[in-house]
Amino acid sequence: MRIKNRRSSAVLMAGGAALALTLAACSPPGSSSPSTSSSSSSSAPAGEEPSSGVPTELSADPVELDLYLESGFTDQFDALLEEFTAQHPQVSFKIRSDSFQNLAQNAVRIMSSPDAPDLMRFPTVQSAAKDGILLNLDPYAEAYGWNDWPQGTLNQVRVDETGARGSGSLYALGVGYNVTGVYYNKAKAEELGIEIPIATIADLEAAMDKAVAAGETPIMLGNADFTYAFPLQMIQNQLEGLDQVKDWIYQKDGATYDLPSSVEAAAKLQEWSEKGYFPKDVNAIDYATAVGSFTGGEGLFHFSGDWEAGGFTTNAPGEFGFFPFPGVTADSPKVAMAAPATYVIPANAKNKDAIAYFLNWVHTDAKARQIVLEHTGSTPGGPAELDPPVAPEGSVINETLAAAAVVADDDGAIDFLGNATAGILTSTLGPDLQLLITGRMTPEDFAAHVQQAYETELGR
Amino acid sequence: MTKLDQVVVGAQGSGPAAGGGRRTSRRGGQRRGPWAAWIFVLPALAVYGFFTLQSLAKSVQYSFYSWNGIGEATWVGLANYVEVFSDPRRVTALANAFKLIFFYSFLSIALGLIAATLIRGLNSRWSRASQTLLFLPQVVPLVGAGIAWTWLYSSDGAVNQFLRAIGLGEVARAWLADFTFALPAIGIVGTWVLIGLCTMLLSAGMTKIDPALYDAARVDGAGPIREFFAVTLPGVRGELTVCLTVTLIAALANFDVVYTMTLGGPGGSTMVPGVDIYQLAFNQARVGAASAMGVVLMVLVLALVLPLQRIMRERP
Repeated sequence: MRIKNRRSSAVLMAGGAALALTLAACSPPGSSSPSTSSSSSSSAPAGEEPSSGVPTELSADPVELDLYLESGFTDQFDALLEEFTAQHPQVSFKIRSDSFQNLAQNAVRIMSSPDAPDLMRFPTVQSAAKDGILLNLDPYAEAYGWNDWPQGTLNQVRVDETGARGSGSLYALGVGYNVTGVYYNKAKAEELGIEIPIATIADLEAAMDKAVAAGETPIMLGNADFTYAFPLQMIQNQLEGLDQVKDWIYQKDGATYDLPSSVEAAAKLQEWSEKGYFPKDVNAIDYATAVGSFTGGEGLFHFSGDWEAGGFTTNAPGEFGFFPFPGVTADSPKVAMAAPATYVIPANAKNKDAIAYFLNWVHTDAKARQIVLEHTGSTPGGPAELDPPVAPEGSVINETLAAAAVVADDDGAIDFLGNATAGILTSTLGPDLQLLITGRMTPEDFAAHVQQAYETELGR
Repeated sequence: MTKLDQVVVGAQGSGPAAGGGRRTSRRGGQRRGPWAAWIFVLPALAVYGFFTLQSLAKSVQYSFYSWNGIGEATWVGLANYVEVFSDPRRVTALANAFKLIFFYSFLSIALGLIAATLIRGLNSRWSRASQTLLFLPQVVPLVGAGIAWTWLYSSDGAVNQFLRAIGLGEVARAWLADFTFALPAIGIVGTWVLIGLCTMLLSAGMTKIDPALYDAARVDGAGPIREFFAVTLPGVRGELTVCLTVTLIAALANFDVVYTMTLGGPGGSTMVPGVDIYQLAFNQARVGAASAMGVVLMVLVLALVLPLQRIMRERP
């Protein structure tokens, strides 16, 4: 009995001592964080008048540029850096890389540190630009003429003084600019008598009906990891009210996803599911499995982006074609999800002029543009008047390039719904799509619920 | 999960040592006062306080704020806790954790008991071989196990091939995409992993039982089943407690299997608190809501495990 008493008082004391250790740090979280106030930052915050007069020539002094890349996507940089060093021997490179998820979680801290890299792969510029962590690229854009390039995808990485995305100062450039659309199996399309390219959504549905009748899976795409955000948005992109969708992705004040076009697109997706356009076990198939099956000859269409074109060219040369997702009518402008693979210069970077020169070189040097195309399957962007690089004859990469050009001409680039907030795809949009296409959720509830989660996540 | 095992093994190991420490301090206390002992404990206590209790206190503190992890935090009182018990997604996650207890605790212990009893009857070479076989899943990283089971469960996977081969083709389905069967499918992976641990612990417990008790039972005319309930089961009471504790925590704190196999899908039907907390904190940057869910999960684990220790404690 005596022992027991002593023991419990000892536990109490231990708890008390530990509590005393923790009490010192009891202020509200985040109150001492330096990155919360953009005005105290030494960099030019969003909207501030940029200083002009940056050099557009590379200094002859030796310099080592520090790059922080996404692992799995370093091939293109190996080739680019080799070519750049061959042309500019005074420049050497140091490369670090990390997986996309680690990158997305840690990038802000890495860029805030004193030894920040000179160039960093960074997917979501909005809040980092607001917090003054990213270099405002406006002076370089002015000096190099980046503002004269096609702006459809560059607008996605502009942030204005209120912190809204879509216009304002430039904070990133792409190394490769992705575009999405429809891959098709050439042999099957011919067998089923389907005329390519498909001009309207109605024609696309007619083609898929033919596939169903022939016992073929019309769309080889899985939704275990929420890839049906692609077909949903591809449909929605063609409907009225596109600007409201863009406002929602850019987190403009008062923006809502509870739109007629959301309900209509969701209803259409549900209808497609009922008509048997999707694989039977759609919610069990993940993205990689679907790509593998399509490459192996299963399915008529595959909805995806030009990042797969390189793989299709290598693994099944000549078997697949690509066209932009059709509009409601044949002469509707072509609207597609298209976004840069974004790279930013941290405000703390040491060699800003040199890395800006490098970025400009990637967009304008003929050899660099060829490397970007061959390694990413995407258009290298840059000035519209430059000749586009050309992929080998018959490669589907030429078709994705052509689609990117059409979308750029029609000013039809729109960012991905899943990029609206960091968590919307995995928390709500994705799981709700799984319910929607199995008939467990109505299109109306779908649109309302996605909006509700958006507001919760943004604290609105 | 390996971490949990280590904690439990560590707790067992420190049991006698802690008892020894008490005795020493009592004897020494008569000469040097009780404070001498505290000086020796202090370094460890400081480390424990800083790394464990401080983080715990911080989580509790964060759970009362709305905070994105970087910017300014706002006090929201109990709103995060209200959400845990009112948002259907949070409630589903908690309910799923309890459903998994059937597979993680009940099934694996029941099968472990049967396996251990059967193994006891084998000669030593075979018993060691079968123990090793049953224990193997414990050595496989759960992420790897999750991926392998995903293949087994896929529409053309081994499970469905087997069903078709024995003429049950119409039951075959994409198990992980099925709104009814995805959770049980995940639960079976848990059973598969934990059955080895339970068998091992229970076998070890059974070797401690005095063979004379079995002889006595047999002389009294007990059959194998009677023998099991009269001799074996009471003899492994302590090991059962450990099994229950470990498996309960594994069920409630499940993360890796669900994360690799379904991400909580389809449509959130296999969401568990661990994955939910991860997504809240790292995908949605809602540190307050994630902390509240974490605190609730911890309280639930303690509410189950602490009474268990009391009920199952061996009477002296």
